[in-house]
Amino acid sequence: MKYASEFRDPQLAKGLLTAIAKEVADYPGTITLMEVCGTHTMSIYQHGIRSLLPPQIRLISGPGCPVCVTPIGYVDRAVAYARQDDVIIATFGDMVRVPGSSSSLLHEQASGAQIKIVYSPLDAVTLAEKNPEKKIIFLGVGFETTAPTIAGSMVEAKKRGLKNYFVLSAHKTMPTPMAALASDPELQVDGYICPAHVSAVIGADAYQPLVDQFKVPCVVTGFEPLDMLRGIQLLAQQVVAGRAEVENEYQRIVKPQGNSKAQALLAEVFEPCDATWRGIGDIPDSGLKISAAYAEFDAEQQLPVEVEEPIEHKGCLCGEILKGKVTPKQCPLFRKACTPEYPIGACMVSSEGTCAAEYKYGC
Amino acid sequence: MCLAVPMKVVAIEEGTAICEVDGVRREGSLMMLDDVVIGDYVLLHAGFAIEKIDPEEAEKTIEIFREVLAAGILPE
Repeated sequence: MKYASEFRDPQLAKGLLTAIAKEVADYPGTITLMEVCGTHTMSIYQHGIRSLLPPQIRLISGPGCPVCVTPIGYVDRAVAYARQDDVIIATFGDMVRVPGSSSSLLHEQASGAQIKIVYSPLDAVTLAEKNPEKKIIFLGVGFETTAPTIAGSMVEAKKRGLKNYFVLSAHKTMPTPMAALASDPELQVDGYICPAHVSAVIGADAYQPLVDQFKVPCVVTGFEPLDMLRGIQLLAQQVVAGRAEVENEYQRIVKPQGNSKAQALLAEVFEPCDATWRGIGDIPDSGLKISAAYAEFDAEQQLPVEVEEPIEHKGCLCGEILKGKVTPKQCPLFRKACTPEYPIGACMVSSEGTCAAEYKYGC
Repeated sequence: MCLAVPMKVVAIEEGTAICEVDGVRREGSLMMLDDVVIGDYVLLHAGFAIEKIDPEEAEKTIEIFREVLAAGILPE
């Protein structure tokens, strides 16, 4: 696969690993690096990167899985919609199995609810066109990589004059929670592995305020193993030298200013709002809500529904795991009550969740 | 969720690129990109081409990896 296999060369990986080991050999402490993207989480586990790194470097996972940080009340609302006869829920696959307070979409599907897993939000728009007697509610979950695609679906629905397409928006935006975690005295993050494709949209310069305010190194890097190792090397070099800068390893994709058309699409359809992050809490200006110009597609505004009181599952440590404070193995439910087959917390449900990755690849 | 696949544009029809990788074809909306031509490589995510891949930058990055390999001493 062009632009993928070249970035998986084992010989070059050995070179990077040898260089990293040399560069941190005399460093007196531990260098803790946090990634905030579920695809990075997966890449680290899939390629066994932790086991290859020198002991001075510790990798932790942050709130990078959008499904995992979606509050349980959102799932409950989707479940409530799914129970209505004239509704078809359209969603990316990961949301279907997330447990709500008393049910999940998968459970509702078994009871007859119509849930369609789509590859693209545009497929949901086509679904609306083909089913004029139904209301199609798309579950809009994701960071800045995915949010423009959902914005695009609303632009398309408007163009096609559809009145039965809706989005239940729980979009989150990225640099803000990194600032929240950087100011958490219980966490010591020495550097951020910045998300790859979120950065394709927002641009590498978006991390400059974080660097200026918290003096924390930020490196944008891709998902292939060589990208990961080079990103880790650049961060380790900054920590060892006492520098804090934004560096961009992923220049074949990410520009300093990002993708202006995607940003314009976001600005047209959404506006910033305060958002609740599961496990972290409320963070001002860290979400996206549908703007007044597209209010006709906003499920929350247009389709009132009674939703049960949210109940979080007892004993689940997803919240602490999402902040990088504990590892999945420290959760009493991990591998016992909570497995990919019978997940209790969102980190086990999503294929990109830290617990699911640890379950699949950890030892 | 932010996974995206580098694919080659093999045709363009009304704002949509037909993209191919390893014999698999997918449509990608060009709503977010200007100036895409047949033969370009784009990053496809959820039915949208979200960015073009810069071949020169890709080569420069690989060159850096080669330099690191050349500079380091590999354990046998």
